[in-house]
Amino acid sequence: MSLNLVVGYGGMFQFHHGVFYGVGAYTVALMLTKTSLPVWVGFVAGPVMATVTGFLIGWFCVRLTRLYFAMLQISLGSLIWAIAFRWYTLTGGDDGIHGVPMPALLSSQNNSYYFILVILTICLMAMYLIVKSPFGRTLQAIRDNPQRCEAVGINVRRHQLKAIVIATFFAGVAGVLFVVLERSVFPDLLFWVLSLEVFIMCLLGGWFTFAGPILGAAIIVSLRTFVGIYTEYWTLVLGVILILLIFFLPEGVMGYFLGKFRPLAKEVAHRSE
Amino acid sequence: MLRVEAVEKSFDDFKAVNGANLVVGKGELVAVIGPNGAGKTTLFNLITGQLKPDEGRITFKGEDIGGLPPYEICKKGIARSFQIVNIFPRLTVFENVQVAVLSQQRKSSELLHPAHNIAVEETEVILESVGLSGKALEVAGSLSHGDQKILEIAIALGNEPELLILDEPTAGMSPEETSATMELIKRLADTRGLTILFCEHDMEVVFSVAQSIMVMHQGRTLVQAEPQEVRRNKEVQEAYLGGE
Repeated sequence: MSLNLVVGYGGMFQFHHGVFYGVGAYTVALMLTKTSLPVWVGFVAGPVMATVTGFLIGWFCVRLTRLYFAMLQISLGSLIWAIAFRWYTLTGGDDGIHGVPMPALLSSQNNSYYFILVILTICLMAMYLIVKSPFGRTLQAIRDNPQRCEAVGINVRRHQLKAIVIATFFAGVAGVLFVVLERSVFPDLLFWVLSLEVFIMCLLGGWFTFAGPILGAAIIVSLRTFVGIYTEYWTLVLGVILILLIFFLPEGVMGYFLGKFRPLAKEVAHRSE
Repeated sequence: MLRVEAVEKSFDDFKAVNGANLVVGKGELVAVIGPNGAGKTTLFNLITGQLKPDEGRITFKGEDIGGLPPYEICKKGIARSFQIVNIFPRLTVFENVQVAVLSQQRKSSELLHPAHNIAVEETEVILESVGLSGKALEVAGSLSHGDQKILEIAIALGNEPELLILDEPTAGMSPEETSATMELIKRLADTRGLTILFCEHDMEVVFSVAQSIMVMHQGRTLVQAEPQEVRRNKEVQEAYLGGE
């Protein structure tokens, strides 16, 4: 089940993502414990807060390029982590918030599982649509060559900002789902290690493919589960795999297999012509 | 249509462009020539907004466009290709051009319609006109250098420009590819009624195709005139033609 969750925000976009996930989770947890507003308000507020945070952080970050972009995002993200960590009265500091009340409908394991599954499916479908839309295609073009995009009349920064906002919205949704599942939040959700893990998932699965991050998440979680039984140093195995991956499959596992199939598909297309 | 007046640009202490003047009239095919480092590419970068001019005025259809960001300039009707191949290497040939067409149609931000249904016809027409239809589904990065240069032009056409700027469209091409490309450029100018500004190394190519030639030397405009007159110009002969 936690796997499903990881998949839910399986990082379509390669940003420092955990923070927005955490913000979504914290927002909904705070709304449900500290206010008496209806539950759905909290559920909506999670993604919205994550989106707003995404917009603010993104607004600064798109002004910078590549490495600086990542660094600024990590530092701004860490700022949010520090707030959650220190502000005991509101966020419970490193204890986090536990026992977030859920409506009766979602209180059983089964129901919450299906709830998560449904939302996840909707999100995946929405993301798939977005990736395949003109917006998504333009975004891929920006990834390939931002300078050329400007030359064909695309406001690159604004487009990137929109992408961040959309991605953070989905991260916020995932954060809400996490709370539905775990009924608690803690500062680790906002910590950069989590973002790194998501990033590795994308890398492992193949970042230029839609399903790649899902596969990457599956690999990491199963590594943790199965290798974790034998040794607590399962990350060592992960490290070795990553090194091998960078050398032999620079496009990720999914990218590798797609690459294998592409010539085949082309042949079929040629024959049918 | 396009007017460049006394434009200057320096990098640190080096004056890359130091008093460039250029006039491009509607429907003309204008060439910029000059030895390596004369500032041709820098001039083009100033016109299309990749760089901001330090001094001088650049106007397009009477409107001052100096220092605007590239995407704004593009929307005003100027599109360009690049000297060093500058495409989207991971997208297919079709998608490369489609991105430009989508941008032209202001559909880049559309979220909910699948992209493979949009702007298909326009994109295919362009690929047809430059002769890349057969390679539409290939990944752009895997094309030959010559085809990538053609794709450069195709992407620029996707913006349906009034003024098309080509920075050394035949750089690195074989003689056969070069003449085929110049044919293509002439044909585009005729059939689409495009105004084209380009720069080029190959002197023969330039003198046979261009209606007007601007000669640059050390960042400065020596002269802009018809090919015959340029050939006769003393200063040009000393600076460029004689020097080869």
